[in-house]
Order: sequence, then C-alpha cells, then structure tokens
Amino acid sequence: MSLTSLAASAEPETAAHGIAKTPTGVVGLDELTGGGLPAGRPTLICGGAGCGKTLLATTFLVNGAVDHGEAGVFMSFEERAEDLAKNVASLGYDLEKLIADGKLAVDYVRVERAEIEETGEYDLEALFIRLGYAIDSIGARRVVLDTIETLFAGLSNTGVLRAELRRLFEWLKTKGVTAVITGERGEGPLTRHGLEEYVSDCVILLDHRVTDQISTRRLRVVKYRGSAHGTNEYPFLIDDHGISVMPITSAGLDHPVSQEVVSTGIAALDEMLGAGGYFRGSSILVSGLAGSGKTSLAAYFADATCRAGGRCLYFAFEEPPRQIVRNMRSIGLDLQPWTDQGRLRFSARRPNLYGLEMHLATMHREILELAPAAVVVDPLSSLVGSDTNDVQNMLLRLVDLLKSRGVTTLFTSLTHGSIELARTDAQVSSLMDSWLLLYNREANGEHNRQLYLLKSRGMAHSNQVREFILGSTGVVLRTPYIGPEGVLTGSARMAQEAREKAASLVRRQAIEQRASDLKRDRARTEAQITALRAELESQEAEAKRLIQEAESREALLEQGRQDQQSRRGGSARRE
Amino acid sequence: MEPGTESYNLRLYIAGQTPKSIAAIANLRRFCDEYLPGRCTVEVVDLVQNPRLAQGDQIVAIPTLVRRLPEPIKRIIGDLSNVERVLVSLDLAATPPEGTLQ
Repeated sequence: MSLTSLAASAEPETAAHGIAKTPTGVVGLDELTGGGLPAGRPTLICGGAGCGKTLLATTFLVNGAVDHGEAGVFMSFEERAEDLAKNVASLGYDLEKLIADGKLAVDYVRVERAEIEETGEYDLEALFIRLGYAIDSIGARRVVLDTIETLFAGLSNTGVLRAELRRLFEWLKTKGVTAVITGERGEGPLTRHGLEEYVSDCVILLDHRVTDQISTRRLRVVKYRGSAHGTNEYPFLIDDHGISVMPITSAGLDHPVSQEVVSTGIAALDEMLGAGGYFRGSSILVSGLAGSGKTSLAAYFADATCRAGGRCLYFAFEEPPRQIVRNMRSIGLDLQPWTDQGRLRFSARRPNLYGLEMHLATMHREILELAPAAVVVDPLSSLVGSDTNDVQNMLLRLVDLLKSRGVTTLFTSLTHGSIELARTDAQVSSLMDSWLLLYNREANGEHNRQLYLLKSRGMAHSNQVREFILGSTGVVLRTPYIGPEGVLTGSARMAQEAREKAASLVRRQAIEQRASDLKRDRARTEAQITALRAELESQEAEAKRLIQEAESREALLEQGRQDQQSRRGGSARRE
Repeated sequence: MEPGTESYNLRLYIAGQTPKSIAAIANLRRFCDEYLPGRCTVEVVDLVQNPRLAQGDQIVAIPTLVRRLPEPIKRIIGDLSNVERVLVSLDLAATPPEGTLQ
C-alpha cells in the first residue's frame, strides 16, 4: 500500500518547499497525486486507443476554466473543434460556451502527409506561433496537446521533429503553463515515439483491460518528479459524470469512531445487542441461506434509519426495488413513504454488468452525492470477482470509504451449505463489526428460521439463539425452548408450549382446589368452634345460676340460723 | 486550360526575418522569375505580425509555401532550395525527373 498518507503527513514540512500543483478536478486523481499535476510543467498521459486520454485532458481544461478560473488552450491534432465539443457534450461540458466566453480556445492542427511536400530546411515555428497566440489571446494557464505524435505521421524529418519538440516543451515551461501532452501507447516502454524523453516531469499511464469479459480501466502514476504519489494501479471509471478515480482513501486505519448507537429496527434485536443497537459507523454482516430473511433485516434497518431522520442508500443487486417494497409490505413494513420522501434511495443494477471496480466507483459516487447515514448492500455475495482477492480488495476499499464517513453499513451475504460458513464469508467477516447469522433449521418436516448473533465488537451481546419469525405484523424474535431435547423451534416449540400451558393450567387448578378445600375446612372448623363456645357459654350461665341459687340458699340458711339463735339464746355471744 | 498558361497565386508564410525565411523569399523570387514569368502573384505573410492567419491555412512549419491557385491547394514546406522538388510539387514539371516521385 502506498504513500498517500505519507504525502499527507509530509505535507506540513514540505508545503513551503514542495512543488506547486495544479488541481485537475478529477475525483480521486488529485488525492493520488497529492494536489494535482505539477504546475508550470508538462505532464504526459499515455495509453492505448480508447483509454480516455483525450477525455482526461479535456476534463483537466474544463475544470480549470469552470472551477479555478484558469483559461485553457486545447491544441488538437486529431479531432476538429466541433467533434470534440460533441464528444464531451454528453458529460455536460459545454465547450462552445466556454469558447464564446473566452475561457477556452481550441485549435485544430491538421497535418496530412499527402498534402505536404518537404523541400529543404524548415522548423515548426508556426506551431509555436499558433500556440502562443492562442495562449495569449485568452491568458491561458493550462494547455493540452492531443496528440502531438500525429506530427510524426505527417512529417518525415524526425530529426527536426525531435529537436522542435524538445524546444516546444522548454518553451511551454517558460510560458509558465501547466501542459498535458497525450501520447499513444507503443510497443516499447511507454509511447510510440518516445515522448517520455522530453516530458519527464510527470507521467500517467492509462490502461484498459478485459478479464472474464468484463473490462476495467486502470490508472497509474508512473512518475512524478518532486512529489510523493500513490504508485499503485487504481481503477477509474468513465461514465456520464465524467472521469473518476478510486484511490484508497486512507492508508492508515484512523477512522473517526462514534459512541452513538443506532436502532436495528427490531426492538428484540436491539436488546440482544448489549449497547442497544449497532454502533454508528460500524459494519454489519447478515449472512444466511436463501430465504432466511436477510433482506427483511436489512429493510428493517433501512426503515429505522429513515424513521430516525437520516437517509439510507440501498444497493440492490438481486431484487428490483419495487419487489423489495412489495415483499416488505407482507411483513407489515411499508418502505414506500420513505422512498417518496427521498429519504430512502434504491440503487439497483445487475452485478455482472460491470467489473468490481466499476461497481465500487459508482457506489462511491452515489455515496458522496447522497451523503447517507446508512447504506445497505444486498447482497454482497453477488458481487463476485474471478478471484476472492479481488472481492476482498474491493470490499476493503468500500468499507474504508464508508467508515471514514461514519456511515453505518449493513451487508447481506448468501451462504451456501450448512452452518459451517463459506470461505468468502469467513474472509469478509473480519472486516465486519457485527455478524448476524440467519439459519434455517430443519426439524420434524419443517424449516424454521433462527437468528444467531455471532459477534458484535465493542459490546456485550446475547449468545443465545432466537427463533426468527416473519409474520404479517412484522418480525418477532422469540426465545426458543431449550430443554433436554435441545432447541425446539417452530411447531415443535408450539407443541411444547401448549403442553406446558396445559401442565401449568392443571397445576393452577390443583392449587385452586386446595385453596377452596382449605377454605371449607376453615369454615367448618370455625362453625364447630362457635358451637362449642355457645355450649360453653350456656354451661357457664347455668353454672352461674346454680352458684347464685346455692349462695342465696346458703344466705337464707344462715339467716335462718341466726334468727333461730337469737330467738333461742337471748345473749348472743358477740364479740 | 492548358498547362503552362494558368496564373499562380502563391502565399509564403514566414516568421520574422530568420535566415530560413530570407532564403525562402529569395528562392521563391528566383523561382517565379524563372518558371512563372508574368503569371505569378506572390504574397508574403509574416506570422509574427499576423499570428491569426496561421490557423486558416493550417500552417505548422516555417517556411511554408501555399499554392492557392490553381486548385488543389498545395503546401510546400522548407526553404525551397530544392528547385526540382518545388517544380514537382507545384505541378510545373513537364516530365517528372526520375527517382524523385514518391
């Protein structure tokens, strides 16, 4: 991996001493070169036919004129001004308007061997005069010569040509313009006529390769005098937005990290995750067999993101977006309002339409454009390269891009076979912060879905399996019955639950029965007690009466005795 | 029109008073006096004075002689020191000298 970060870290010291650079405005190229092309010096862009040299050169001029206020001169040796304008009109570049505004000058130089006779000594001073005139007439700071090798085809005196070319590039330097020279790739090291001898400050090589019927374009900065630069081959893309190059955005792993948590969209799943959801900016892998519910999980996540106010970009590589929306309605999730509001954007394309690099580049562009809070890639497994290294590489760049922007991403991946996962998944999973596995378990003649939370970096999480039920009201995560027979799901679980419910009902009835028995016993006993007490009271009353009677009889007897005594004795022995 | 009777309109492009340009002017004058007496109009354009004119006739090299009439337009680059080549290029040779035709 190369030195973009080295350039970045070296910048503070060398900014004052490093060479001045002219930004090209091509996405990614300015990052690769640490600021753009060397200012005031010529840069050679070479490549085979159809590689995009003219387009790159034109983009350089147009961006200079439109974004940086630098007028430019395009000296074309192959195409007329009108043809050039037509070719780039589809990219939204209005060359004619720029020419009319005095920001651009196009000079078509035609050199046809059949029309020219060489008779004696000559030089190419007229070329200098034309170029000089064009530069001075609009005060140009940027110049493109495309492609000067045509002169070799038109004029036979190569000695003169080489000498004049050498003089031309020196002259361009004295004019202080940043020049882009295009050259056709030859048999030899770089260009057919050895232009790299004269233009050696900066050389960029474009390449257009076809592997497995899919073509990829690559760019390499072969040489850049006076500046550190990324030296690897980087894929680039030409589409209706123009050229964009895809460098790895950071060589180091210094992404910003967030403590915030975003909801998964399913409350029970949020609970399973110790932090209460996914960390913002993390990457999540949902893998599973066909039909296990990966897209549903992804859709819930998209819904949760939109609900929380963010935008979601959903890359669909398998199902058309309308189908996804329709299917989600069947589980009670309506994504249509979010699409209508523009919060949820679907981006659907066939995976085998382009190579991985093109996919990456288009995804990159859409992510930059929409700046979503969350991205869904469904499924990742359909982006297969001829080589798993390619997938790994591409994924690394994509995850890198997303993390550096703090975008929470959910990838779904189709696994094949059993719970022992496919090799790709194992490789891919190391880039993921959380990994959910949806597993279909067959038991008793049915397939039931289970959800395993295999890993979630940075938080405690449940290690228990859950049964994953997609009902018409949504997703339900149910703790399965874990008993002596193992995990029971689906109808086996329902049967077990019914059994348990019946058993508990019986127990409850028994308890109630006991309770009512007890009540009855108590009532009876209390009745008995009351009766005994009543008897006791009546006995007490009887006894009291008898005692009273006895006492009163005693009192009477005593009285009688005394009376008798007083009548019999006269002197009472009284003390 | 028979060959040998049309009138020639020639324009010589130069860039300042360089040795090559001066040589070309001299050579052209001599040539015209010898081969096209009385039926040759010569115009000398100094591109240093009039840079804009280079684009119109697609001039790349200096000196360049453009035969504007009779048609077709022909461009001859160089200081015109090789008289035979000039004759051939301007279609003035009666029979092509051997070995010089391409």
